[in-house]
Amino acid sequence: MPVNYYIFVSIALFCIGVVGVLTRRNAIIVFMSIELMLNSVNLLLVAFSKMHYAISGGGESLKGIDGQLFVFFIMVVAAAEVSVGLAIIVMMYRNTHSADINFLNRLKH
Amino acid sequence: MNQLVFLIPLFPLLGFLICGLLRNQLPKSVTGVLASVAVLASFVASLVIFLAIKSSGKPVTAELFDFISFGQVHIPFAFLVDQLTSLFLLIITGVGFLIHVYSASYMQEEEGPHFARYFAYLNLFVFSMLLLVLGANFVILFIGWEGVGLCSYLLIGFWFKNNDYNNAATKAFVMNRIGDLGFLLAIFYLLATTGSVNYADVFAPATVQRLQPATITIITLLLFVGATGKSAQIPLYTWLPDAMAGPTPVSALIHAATMVTAGIYMIARSNILFTMAPVTQAVVAITGLATAVLAATVALKQNDIKKVLAYSTVSQLGYMFLGLGVGAYTGAVFHVITHAFFKALLFLGAGSVIHAMHHEQDIRKMGGLRKALPVTHITFLVGCIAIAGIPPFSGFFSKDEILAAAFASNKVYWVIGAATAAITAFYMFRLYATTFLGKFRGSNDQEHHLHESPPAMTVPLVILAVLAAVGGFIGIPEAFASNSHWLEKFLEPVFAGSYAIAAKHDTVHPAASTEFVLVGVSVLLAVAAIAFAVTRFSRRPDLGEPEGAAKFLANKWYADEFYDGLVVKPVQGTGSFLDRVVEKSGIDWLVNGVGRSVQYSSRQLRLIQSGQVGSYVLLMIGGILVLFVIQFFLKK
Amino acid sequence: MGITQILFWFLTAVALGSALMVVLSKNPVYSVLFLIVAFFAISGHYILLNAQFLAIVNIIVYAGAIMVLFLFVIMLMNLSPESNIHKNKLIRFAGFIAGLCLFLVMVAALKDASTQKQLVETSGGNIGLIRYLGMTLFRQYVIPFELSSVLFLSAMVGAVVIGKKE
Repeated sequence: MPVNYYIFVSIALFCIGVVGVLTRRNAIIVFMSIELMLNSVNLLLVAFSKMHYAISGGGESLKGIDGQLFVFFIMVVAAAEVSVGLAIIVMMYRNTHSADINFLNRLKH
Repeated sequence: MNQLVFLIPLFPLLGFLICGLLRNQLPKSVTGVLASVAVLASFVASLVIFLAIKSSGKPVTAELFDFISFGQVHIPFAFLVDQLTSLFLLIITGVGFLIHVYSASYMQEEEGPHFARYFAYLNLFVFSMLLLVLGANFVILFIGWEGVGLCSYLLIGFWFKNNDYNNAATKAFVMNRIGDLGFLLAIFYLLATTGSVNYADVFAPATVQRLQPATITIITLLLFVGATGKSAQIPLYTWLPDAMAGPTPVSALIHAATMVTAGIYMIARSNILFTMAPVTQAVVAITGLATAVLAATVALKQNDIKKVLAYSTVSQLGYMFLGLGVGAYTGAVFHVITHAFFKALLFLGAGSVIHAMHHEQDIRKMGGLRKALPVTHITFLVGCIAIAGIPPFSGFFSKDEILAAAFASNKVYWVIGAATAAITAFYMFRLYATTFLGKFRGSNDQEHHLHESPPAMTVPLVILAVLAAVGGFIGIPEAFASNSHWLEKFLEPVFAGSYAIAAKHDTVHPAASTEFVLVGVSVLLAVAAIAFAVTRFSRRPDLGEPEGAAKFLANKWYADEFYDGLVVKPVQGTGSFLDRVVEKSGIDWLVNGVGRSVQYSSRQLRLIQSGQVGSYVLLMIGGILVLFVIQFFLKK
Repeated sequence: MGITQILFWFLTAVALGSALMVVLSKNPVYSVLFLIVAFFAISGHYILLNAQFLAIVNIIVYAGAIMVLFLFVIMLMNLSPESNIHKNKLIRFAGFIAGLCLFLVMVAALKDASTQKQLVETSGGNIGLIRYLGMTLFRQYVIPFELSSVLFLSAMVGAVVIGKKE
């Protein structure tokens, strides 16, 4: 498959994530949109990793393996982020009885 | 011998550091003695060097380290002691020592720290002055030059609680700075044209011959501008009379005997350049003569004992410049030496009088001090006779030498010079008669407390009086006795180049018969002036307010007012104009405007900060979009 | 059109469609479920690219652990479908336009990229195998790996501290 296809798929997924962040007001949905964006990037990284592998000629070459490792690390960070983020959302719900991010406008002050 | 050269300025420097840093710890007796001993040690070292040079005739050089080095230019921190320098060393350290001893007694009323501060300044001054004359290049000379200017400032404003004194100090400093600028430009120009500032290179015949006459003229004129500032010549002379605000021994040391002769030293040092620039020589001679006349006439009507001496100093410095201008370098240096003796004597005598009168300086309130202050009276009289030019006192020989050279150069110079000499004799004896003769005119309280000064003050007076009386015998004119001018012989190596170039050596001295006539005339004039002054002022001193021409002279030709109108007022006017218009409504408006516009725009921009996370993200996406567009579409 | 292409287009359609449904569905629980479907589709892509380890990890960590966490939180909060009381239509519209613009600009920018003709090795290659990934991870990337464990620890502590009741 040409790498272009993967690029465009990733862009599409990413932009759907962006639209989700921009339009939804439920904090959990926003959070999930962010996860979606992270995954689109992961997909792209894997595609590029395989592209580099193809360029190097295949076989026993390990070229492009870094890309997959970065995906691994992104997953790690995402997991950490989710645990903290969900804790924050729970906390926020406990205080405001709502998960609407528009209540979170204390940055103004 | 080289180590000895370093020791000369080292002692006063150590004295300065110890007195200055430990001024709160050391008692008065220690600081006074310490400072005096430091200068005495310098004097001994100077004496040894002087004797060595006198016997060998060779200059001593000593290099400490490479001071400034860039490109082809190397300016070493080096000392050069030749005949001229060794003479100045003796004057500075010798007279300096006497004045230190005198000061220890004169300044006794000061509190410990101030007393130590005074001696620290005085030692720093001696150090700077030694640096000035010892330097083997113009840069070291300039360091000393600035150092003495600083010390002068510090000592004029020594009693800094009096605002007038501070103003006088500032005036002296600013006027010196104007001259210094000229001097600095001269150094730069010299560096640019010859590539060196070392005396040995600059004054070498090969270098001098290579320079354009116009270049030499410009350099020497700039050097002369520096000299007018430091040596109080027209147009930068008005600071010196005001400098009398400082303690009297300071006036004696700095503003009469040593610092103000720095200009003379500098020109004498660069004599070859000046000899090769006839235009500058004429300027120097005319400026000197004009200063001499102007200051002498002003001195006629001054009533402050120190002001009279100050104007007399300015006048005598004018004489020295006349001597330099007509090529009589030896005569000028000779007059520096004798002037150092008699003017230091006169100032110290005045200090003794002021001490006795409890800080009264107005001679109209003195009179008849002859009986109360016998030693001061006699020594002061010796000083007056010396400055009036009565043989065989020292002033006669040096003044006669300058006048003879002036006569050989231009008869008009001689006429004016001799007339000024007569005026000098007149005002000095007006001062003497008003102060020491006649009846006492002060308050009863002052009369009751009149006393002769302690020995620490009178002994220096006596020593200086002896020197002022016999000091002239180092330069008896050739007309009086053959081969008798010791100073001329001694300084021959320093000025030989000049005399050779100008081929003036033979014409410096007129024929013996002519010289006798000239001497006779000037002495007769002086004696007549003295006789008139003594008879007039011992019986009927002028106590009233001056009128007419006298008022004009008493107000110093309105020079201060003239400068005030010509320079100070316009500068202040421009300054306040710039302050009001350019600063307030221009620069301030601009600066405040920047602040206001930032405040205004940030107040508007603040509205974007809604606190809604969604709008932030939206803006961020917008920013990313813009970056993408720029990166991919505009860059192509 | 080989089996690989067919699979590619199928997975792409599933991924994009379920991603859209994540954003569009009203009920957060549906969003979560659609997100899980999207993650499965992406894992399918990984398998297609022969990145087996990542595919498995993606399913276990994302579709399994993380999404279950999301579900827990939603159940915990007992969220009713969005009330839409004062929904700002303008912001929604602007957000949609912005996302669309971003998509168009990025596609336009990358359409002529130099990698256009590069092929991606789909079935072959062993860099996606756990053996090689593990060797690289524990040789070259051992320090980041250890650091990420510290990150996890701190995230755990942070979650506990934040979630604790006063």
